[in-house]
Amino acid sequence: MALLLDIVSWVLLAAGGAFVLVGGIGALRMPNLYTRMHAASVTDTMGAVLVIAGVMVQAGLTLATIKLAAILLFLLITSPTSSYALASAAMLAGIKPDAGSAADLEDSP
Amino acid sequence: MEFLGIYYYWVFVVVLMIGFYAVVAKVNLIKKLIGLSIFQSAVFLLYITMSKVSGGTAPIFNDEITGLLYSNPLPQVLILTAIVVGISTTALGLGIVVRIKEEYGTTEENEIQEIDRR
Amino acid sequence: MKVLFGVFLLTLLVITAVAIVRTKNLFVAVMLLGIFSLLIAANFFILDAADVALTEAAVGAGISTVLFLGALALTSEHERTATPHRLLSFAVVTVASLVVLYATFDKPTFGDPNAPVHQHVAPWYLEKTPEYIDIPNVVTAVLGSFRGYDTLGEVFVVFTAGIGVLFLLSARRGPSGRRQTAEPPGAAVGLRHDVIPRVVGRLLVPFILLFGLYVQFHGEYGPGGGFQAGALIAAAFILYALIEGEEQTLRALPQSALNALMVGGALLYGVVGLAGVFLGSNFLDYSVLASNPVSGQQMGIILIEAGVGMTVTGVLLSIFHAFAARDRA
Repeated sequence: MALLLDIVSWVLLAAGGAFVLVGGIGALRMPNLYTRMHAASVTDTMGAVLVIAGVMVQAGLTLATIKLAAILLFLLITSPTSSYALASAAMLAGIKPDAGSAADLEDSP
Repeated sequence: MEFLGIYYYWVFVVVLMIGFYAVVAKVNLIKKLIGLSIFQSAVFLLYITMSKVSGGTAPIFNDEITGLLYSNPLPQVLILTAIVVGISTTALGLGIVVRIKEEYGTTEENEIQEIDRR
Repeated sequence: MKVLFGVFLLTLLVITAVAIVRTKNLFVAVMLLGIFSLLIAANFFILDAADVALTEAAVGAGISTVLFLGALALTSEHERTATPHRLLSFAVVTVASLVVLYATFDKPTFGDPNAPVHQHVAPWYLEKTPEYIDIPNVVTAVLGSFRGYDTLGEVFVVFTAGIGVLFLLSARRGPSGRRQTAEPPGAAVGLRHDVIPRVVGRLLVPFILLFGLYVQFHGEYGPGGGFQAGALIAAAFILYALIEGEEQTLRALPQSALNALMVGGALLYGVVGLAGVFLGSNFLDYSVLASNPVSGQQMGIILIEAGVGMTVTGVLLSIFHAFAARDRA
């Protein structure tokens, strides 16, 4: 039983790490601000959910699990809001969402 | 563990010197304050590094578990007050910079000295 | 694994510090300073300093960023002059770093339990806390009781910084000296026009306040205490001010209340100290505050932590309002 819980939490943590890596690569490789933020938001949502779920499985049925669930709820509410506020501020500052795409970068003469 | 200890001390020196360079070399007053903030954080890192005991845990007693090894609480107390004092002095420094900007019209040190000389 | 984690965090720290110093855009530098503070807080946590990590995260990554941004809004955002005497500065910094590096060779091995710092007072504190004060968090016991005099001085430093900033930037007066006119009711203030941050922010403010109160009163049982709680409660009000505008926040918690908090906290600390004298013992001796010395100590610690929290909240919010209300020239 303990082995099963360990395997489940390993899988969840590894998947969360993979999503964080994907978000990081996206934040580096995407062509403009909006696509980069879209990639980084993967870290905030899927990455956070999977990592915290993995840690919750490890913690078992203790007070720590409830605290982790509260942290997860807080993260899920505030991270998308801050991404929205950032995108809204960028729009107001005049950064246009059509500053090229990856295809343009590759086909440039 | 040996390597980690040396690495902590060397990173402390590097970050200390980066902050010191910002205070000494940069001309913008706010950049100098930011450098001072980095300098302070490096010193905090040194103190807390010295308080760690290997195999220890945070110095909070737990009634169910006894006989644990605890890390040293004294540097932690000193650094806790130091952090709050640091932010207070930084806030005061920023207030002075804002007033300087209003009086002189600039926050670059060489321009301020230029205006003073006239 | 711990070695890998520690090395990774420290390397990120150095990279962030270099990026902060090299960038010419001060806004970027302040944001990176927030990340730097958070990385230092993570470092403190893996070095078993839970209280300090909480304080650094709340004060360094939270309040410090807001204050710097407030100052940036009143000055310029770009660093215009290039570094003049670059070679000389590098030479000075290199000499200084060689001296400090030479000193690191004499430092004790990392984590050595026989290092001199773990020998004299620290084992006494760890041993006597259950006997004299009987609270789980040793850091709060040392901060509040064994080293209470230092904390008193520090509360007064925070108070002085608050008065200093209020002298320099007395609220609602700009360089022209006229009073800032009240906003017309329909004007776009704060983030009121933006629905999502407004709704989520208003939803979160009471929870942040509640968490601040939790941290304040649980400082004896876990990481927490007055400083962290003060920073958290100030952060809740700053969030409210960012969303609803500064006028509304001053209506919610007026400047007179902030002055009362600032003064009242420091006064409470001093009164608790003097109460020890009046009840026949030394200054800041809490054992005489109740019939049982141990409960007296606990009551004393609760009172002074409340005083610390009040002063820190009042000062941080007053400084924020001083920066936010300043007329832009």
